[in-house]
Amino acid sequence: MLSLRSVSKTFAGPRRLTVLRGLDLDIARGEFVAIMGESGIGKSTLLNLIAGLDRPDSGDVLVDGVDLATLDDDALTQLRRERMGFVFQAFHVLPYLTAAQNVALPLALIGVRGPEAGARVGAMLDAVGMAAQGACMPRELSGGELQRVAIARALIHHPALVLADEPTGNLDSESAAGVMTLLRGQLQAQGATGILVTHSPAAAATADRVLILRADGLHEAPPPAMR
Amino acid sequence: MSAGAAQVSVLGATLGGAHHGNRGRLLLSVLAIALGVALGFAVQLINQAAIGEFAGSMATLSGNADLEVRGPRSGFDELLFAALAQDPEIAVASPVVEVDARIKGRDDALSIFGVDAFRAGAVTPALLANAADPLDVLRPDTVFLSNAAAAWLPARIGDTVTLQAGLRDVTLKVAGLIQSPSSQRYAVMDVAAAQQAFDRSGSLTRIDVRVRPGVDIAALRSRLLPLLPAGTAIAAPQERVDTTARMSRAYRVNLNVLAMVALFTGGLLVFSTQALSVVRRRAQFALLRTLGLPRRRLLASLIVEGATVGAAGSLLGLVAGYGLAVAAMRIFGGDLGAGYFRGVAPAVAIEPIAAAVFGALGITVAVLGSLAPALEAARASPAAALKAGDEQSAFRPLRRAWPGVALLAAGTLGALLPPVIGLPLFGYLAIALLLFGTLLLMPRVATLLLVRMPTPRSVPAALAFDQLRGAPGQAAASLATVVASVSLMVSMAIMVASFRQSLDEWLTRVLPADLYVRSGTAGDSAFFAASDQRKFAGLPGVRRVDFLRVQSLLVDPAQPRIVLLARDLPPDDPARALPLVAEWRAHAAGDPPPVWVSEAMVDLYGYSPGRHITLPLAGRAVAFTVAGVWRDYARQQGSVVMDRALYSTLTGDTTANDAALTLDPGARVEDVQRELEARAGPAGQLAFAAPTDIRAVSLRVFDRTFAVTYALEAAAVGLGLVGLSSSFGALVFARRREFGMLRHVGLTRRQIAGMLATEGLVVSGIGLVVGLALGWLMSLILIFVVNRQSFHWSMELHMPWLPLSLLGFALLLLATATTLVSARAAMSGNVIRAVKDDW
Repeated sequence: MLSLRSVSKTFAGPRRLTVLRGLDLDIARGEFVAIMGESGIGKSTLLNLIAGLDRPDSGDVLVDGVDLATLDDDALTQLRRERMGFVFQAFHVLPYLTAAQNVALPLALIGVRGPEAGARVGAMLDAVGMAAQGACMPRELSGGELQRVAIARALIHHPALVLADEPTGNLDSESAAGVMTLLRGQLQAQGATGILVTHSPAAAATADRVLILRADGLHEAPPPAMR
Repeated sequence: MSAGAAQVSVLGATLGGAHHGNRGRLLLSVLAIALGVALGFAVQLINQAAIGEFAGSMATLSGNADLEVRGPRSGFDELLFAALAQDPEIAVASPVVEVDARIKGRDDALSIFGVDAFRAGAVTPALLANAADPLDVLRPDTVFLSNAAAAWLPARIGDTVTLQAGLRDVTLKVAGLIQSPSSQRYAVMDVAAAQQAFDRSGSLTRIDVRVRPGVDIAALRSRLLPLLPAGTAIAAPQERVDTTARMSRAYRVNLNVLAMVALFTGGLLVFSTQALSVVRRRAQFALLRTLGLPRRRLLASLIVEGATVGAAGSLLGLVAGYGLAVAAMRIFGGDLGAGYFRGVAPAVAIEPIAAAVFGALGITVAVLGSLAPALEAARASPAAALKAGDEQSAFRPLRRAWPGVALLAAGTLGALLPPVIGLPLFGYLAIALLLFGTLLLMPRVATLLLVRMPTPRSVPAALAFDQLRGAPGQAAASLATVVASVSLMVSMAIMVASFRQSLDEWLTRVLPADLYVRSGTAGDSAFFAASDQRKFAGLPGVRRVDFLRVQSLLVDPAQPRIVLLARDLPPDDPARALPLVAEWRAHAAGDPPPVWVSEAMVDLYGYSPGRHITLPLAGRAVAFTVAGVWRDYARQQGSVVMDRALYSTLTGDTTANDAALTLDPGARVEDVQRELEARAGPAGQLAFAAPTDIRAVSLRVFDRTFAVTYALEAAAVGLGLVGLSSSFGALVFARRREFGMLRHVGLTRRQIAGMLATEGLVVSGIGLVVGLALGWLMSLILIFVVNRQSFHWSMELHMPWLPLSLLGFALLLLATATTLVSARAAMSGNVIRAVKDDW
């Protein structure tokens, strides 16, 4: 589903900073992979490259066989709109829309409206345990509830790939566990591929595979039971 | 989940949140756009109504005339009529005497048309009335009033109207009313009676001509041209409308430019409001882009947002503009008091095309003001923008200086270019280029100035300096609004102050006498005959009496009549009495006699010092030498001064209109006035004025004329402060984590307030200095280019130091207070929590 070949990324500035050097990565369809590593090692940069929000200095990023380097900004945007979902550490829920409207946003972007949109939003809110809070404004929701809304938004349009950047970073351990269980369950239910960037071993433990990003590349971590 | 509960539009998601914490500024943006549109629309409506009504009136009064022969206001020899009447290609020639007769007891004049009833009927039927007694049209003491005149006087059939001719009364009976479609106020009487009553015997003002069917009018005109005496012309009636419209064009364009200044200031406010709004929503836009909103759709949404502000402002402005036009027409008249369309009382009509144009203009300005923030938002990297603290990258400094430098250079060149169709278009363009060039260079200018400033000792103030030095682009938005509003205000203040001071000095120069006496306060029917002038001789307490005769001459048919001022000049140094700006002293013995021309004559006719010219006097082209150029603020169309004795010799006209009395030391004006009234005859025929009174009235009129400019200056400063508040608010929002960190490390609220106050003071100080310098440059263009090319008069530069200093001080105080108010969020508890976004 996803392949990275010899991907490198350097940030220009007063001191040139190479965060990724000759990286290779393969992720199969339906797989849920966690990527861990030190702060500043390049985990978020890696996610941005996969999402087409940034371009590597060298190497190839292929999503379902399509080389992202061959796509212009509009095409990349369309790819994200139709085939990707995002979950952020800071939730990034629009404060002036209700929970249901936030969830409906990706559907509006791909042109799904009316009763179909309403039905799908209702089902998704129900799936994440937020059916009763659909009409609430974000300021009325807790951190855990906001992240559930964000997960619902990330999956409402059945993306092929979900990218989650520190989704439990702002949550307490109990909420974090609930969010990860939910995310894992929804990915499996939809058969979507998931990439999780996290510092949390507990969150990483929910993944099929854990990779450690170091300066010399990605390394498989020991299976969760042995850690 | 119901369908409605989950409904969200992409546009709604993009624009939602725009009003959060921004309603006041959005409303101000709408009002600012509305102000500009209202002013422009009102000026346009008034201009269209006035010119349209004037043209309609001229068409009505010209009737079926194919051509008209015109000459000086005092008239030309009526023998010309006899020649034209016998021409085989002319069907009818209708003689007309035009007099603006002063109405006794009022400072108003009534336009009198003396016509031959039998001929006028075939050419200008609007000048005829249905008389109860057919012989009334021939009687010497009857007059017919237009509907508008009858309502204005007021007078009905059978009433009498008393007018002034010379210093005597002329009483006429209203014998009928003219049902004219024109709103012009006029009266009609028999041509011979008019000549007799108003001392125009043997002369006509106009001859209306209707040609026979099939005659080539252009060819006839060419054939008749050599027959005309000097100072007369033959042309189609429409050309007179065009000439008057042209004369008022510079004035109208100036008013339109003032309106555009208001609109530009509104656009600037939209820019600063949108900049703040976009920064606040930066993360939201990044989210939408990440979720798949195309860049151009985000850009389009933000432009729609700006256009909505523009549309709301335009709609409000159009309604207000119509009301303003109606009110201004009622108070100031169709020419807004400038005197171009006398006697015309037009009604304001809604002009759909003008409404569409100004509505579109308001929307366009708002869209342009939104463009820069919208482009920045669309271009921002979503990945970076989602991260905390990226808001500050929204204020990147400009990297290249050449666009600003190029605009400045182009502006400087533009100021040197001549007018286009009599309008200072390049002058206006130069001002705009200088302004935009300076705004583009502001980050670099700010850097240069900041580097040279000493760093304060106090920690908060030092932090402020470090912040400004490290990120000059962040202050650019704030600086832009301050520089724009200050420069506009300063340039207008200097121009108005220079004009006012120059006018005041000019009035002092041209009013050297102690008492001025006029034979009437309105119209051209009053005068001092030679016998009246003798009554001034030997007046107790009067050392000298100088008389003035005012005439209007037609030098160029394509231009309005010029004014001839025949004055009693000092024989030893004739030019001593005039405010000369140029002189030619190489007058040789054999040269034609000297005249002194106004600056307008130089610009419009090329009458430079030393040049030999001819002027039409008494039907002859008489040669003169231009001995000097003088400044004349009273007559935009041009004027010529000559010695009155010479004028009388050349024309045989010994009458005068004004007298300037120089009194003996110790003599009282009241005594002289009383004595003269006793000698002169009927009460109320003379008008007395002391030079101080004339000066006061003139300056009052000046202040009233520039009231709109004063209001715009205040609006510019006010909107600049609001703009500063908006852009500073954006900066504070972008730096809330910084302030949170400072609060965490121990800076008190007061210290943060001090830091922000220092930033506000420094930014406004830089903006004030640059704005002053730019405003001064712009004022030079206004004074020496725009005014000269528009109105053909010069003025000295006078810097209103005290008002500018007070204004600068007030602006600094207000700006500092404004930044503190807009930054109060930076000192709140929320900023402490803001840093937790990074944990």
